[in-house]
Amino acid sequence: MLALAASAAALLVCPAPAEPGGRELVWAADPEGGAPFVEADPAHPDRLVGFEVDLAGLLAARLGLTPRFLNVAFTSIDQSIRRGDADIGLNGIEDTPARRAALATTIPYYEFREVLSVRTADAGRFRSLADLRGRRVATLGGTIAYEILQHAERDLGVRPVSYDDDLHPYSDLVLGRVDAVLLDNVLAERRRRTIPGFVVQPGSVAVGHYVGVLALANRRLRDAIDDVLRGAMRDGSLERIFRSWGIWNDDQRALYRRLLGGEPVPPATGFDAEPDLAAAGPWAAARRYLPSLLQASAVTLALSCLSMALAAGLGVLMATGRLYGGRALRSALAGYVELMRGTPLLLQLFVLYYGIAAAVRLPAFAAALLGLGLNYAAYESEIYRSALEAVPAGQLEAARTLGLSEAQVFRYVRAPQAFRLALAPMTNDFVALLKDSSLVSVLTVLELTKQTQIFATNLGSWVVPGLLCAALYLAMSLPLSALARRLERRWRVPA
Amino acid sequence: MSAAVLQAADVHLRRGPRTILAGASLEVEPGECVALMGPSGAGKTTTLRILTALEPFERGRIAIGSVELLGGRPPAPAALRQLRRTVALVFQFHCLFEHLSALDNVCLAPVHVYGTPAAEARRRAHGLLASLGVDHRAGALPRELSGGEAQRVAIARALAVDPQLLLMDEPTASLDPDRRAELAALLRGMAAGGRSLLVATHDEGFARQVATRVVRLEAGRLAPA
Repeated sequence: MLALAASAAALLVCPAPAEPGGRELVWAADPEGGAPFVEADPAHPDRLVGFEVDLAGLLAARLGLTPRFLNVAFTSIDQSIRRGDADIGLNGIEDTPARRAALATTIPYYEFREVLSVRTADAGRFRSLADLRGRRVATLGGTIAYEILQHAERDLGVRPVSYDDDLHPYSDLVLGRVDAVLLDNVLAERRRRTIPGFVVQPGSVAVGHYVGVLALANRRLRDAIDDVLRGAMRDGSLERIFRSWGIWNDDQRALYRRLLGGEPVPPATGFDAEPDLAAAGPWAAARRYLPSLLQASAVTLALSCLSMALAAGLGVLMATGRLYGGRALRSALAGYVELMRGTPLLLQLFVLYYGIAAAVRLPAFAAALLGLGLNYAAYESEIYRSALEAVPAGQLEAARTLGLSEAQVFRYVRAPQAFRLALAPMTNDFVALLKDSSLVSVLTVLELTKQTQIFATNLGSWVVPGLLCAALYLAMSLPLSALARRLERRWRVPA
Repeated sequence: MSAAVLQAADVHLRRGPRTILAGASLEVEPGECVALMGPSGAGKTTTLRILTALEPFERGRIAIGSVELLGGRPPAPAALRQLRRTVALVFQFHCLFEHLSALDNVCLAPVHVYGTPAAEARRRAHGLLASLGVDHRAGALPRELSGGEAQRVAIARALAVDPQLLLMDEPTASLDPDRRAELAALLRGMAAGGRSLLVATHDEGFARQVATRVVRLEAGRLAPA
């Protein structure tokens, strides 16, 4: 205890190099993750509850500091800690070789098991990953479970599906969009209580640990926190916290015994972890990830091209309807345009994929294609409408006096000129769509940005993955812009 | 029943409080070139637009060839189709299709409206352009043509559907004196060939040069000048 007090005093006199905390212990987490980790108290939404909240309070109290919470998106916690936004990240963060290399990780304070969940009806046939050849298995992107699934893809023919949260893997499991979910037992048990229709298989695929993460420059604070954790293991404080959240079990007792006995604890056991990417160097890591990034680029390109084709086709129909249709059709189309332009694309994607899943169960790629296509159709229709209106009325009348029907006037006179006028804004929209396609990762489509995010999480840095990702986006968008410029020059319409 | 190509009787049109035509009547015989004169804003262009059914009129009767237009009633689709075969209009600003070459401007209606085979339509279009002295510009886009060339292409486009009656709106607006004289000779030749022409212009000299008869539009009525 004396040693602890001395450490804390030293920290207060000589603040750690990264000092967002001062006399506070600033801890980062994402309340969206929910209980038992961190969530807004349902009774008092301005307060946070969860075992991480209790743990942060315990650490701060024993260090003589005041805990202060910082809300950081789960996938950004590592980067935020490296930036020095907070002293420590506590959010069910997994211990991995990459994290140990890139950050100062605490000793593990909780041991979890990666468990397989399957629909109740499949409990007898999907007992392990080996039973899931050719099947879609869901998990959270950038986690140990995802890495396990990547190995299983190579070795067992399993098809990994990456999610951004831990709710939709289970809801999609019950809906039949995936055949199994691999996540830790804490998350699986949490969802099993609220989502009926699946079971958690008894065996574990791997074992891992939750740790706190600090910046490398904050090793002294990390050491002090490790001392506090050991003390809390020894005096039963940690056990009380985990019991109060219903997640205490014998695995923790065994873990604490090993830690207090000075035994080293590996990050994860039960599978062959990837060699540390960060240690391999960013360029070696880039070479390793390049095939996945190229594959994700192909998904991005295919999705963008198909969505744009859909948007252009619908856009032409809508623009034509708004110019030639009756009042009711014009009002309906104007309403559609305002609805699609006035609400976030992300929301539309969620509604298409999850919102109407009970009635229409669209595959992820189809939902992504439809979502992007329907959204961009609204913008395209406005471009085409203004381009069609820009064709001089005199030319249309000249065509009519020559005997052309309205359909022929449209086909031979109006549309060809409008298309040339619309080409530049269409190209702009295509490049924008190429980038907006990154939003569809929320529907489990593994496109370029999502793959880059996974790469960055595993590497512990955004610099090289970010550069590679930008280069790939540019490689896709620049030729498009050049082609559009050439067509514009060739088909130039005088002002 | 007269052999007149155009017979307009007691045509009325108001736009808001303004009277455009107040019982206007006019006849144009085959091979006749009539100049329609009047001050700016008198309604010359509107009269041509009424004759091509681009604008409705309120009262009166217009007969062009075998087509009859009645005031206050939109023409039936069949009548409109027949009207398009009978009368053609050359707009003041030519209104050529900007994305098509001069040749394609001339071929568009024959090919797509009247079903003329493309090769035949092109042969005839070259003939028309040659007769108007602009065949060497057949491949040019409208933006590459001078004002006089564009006007001749617009005339060729109108003649490509072989109308009985050719209407022209201010044809000398963008022409210098030499081109004006050439155009006058061209129109006289067309009238001599049996085609009827109604030319709206405020250019007195040109009207005297080209027309077999001049009518003046004033206060909504047409009267011999």
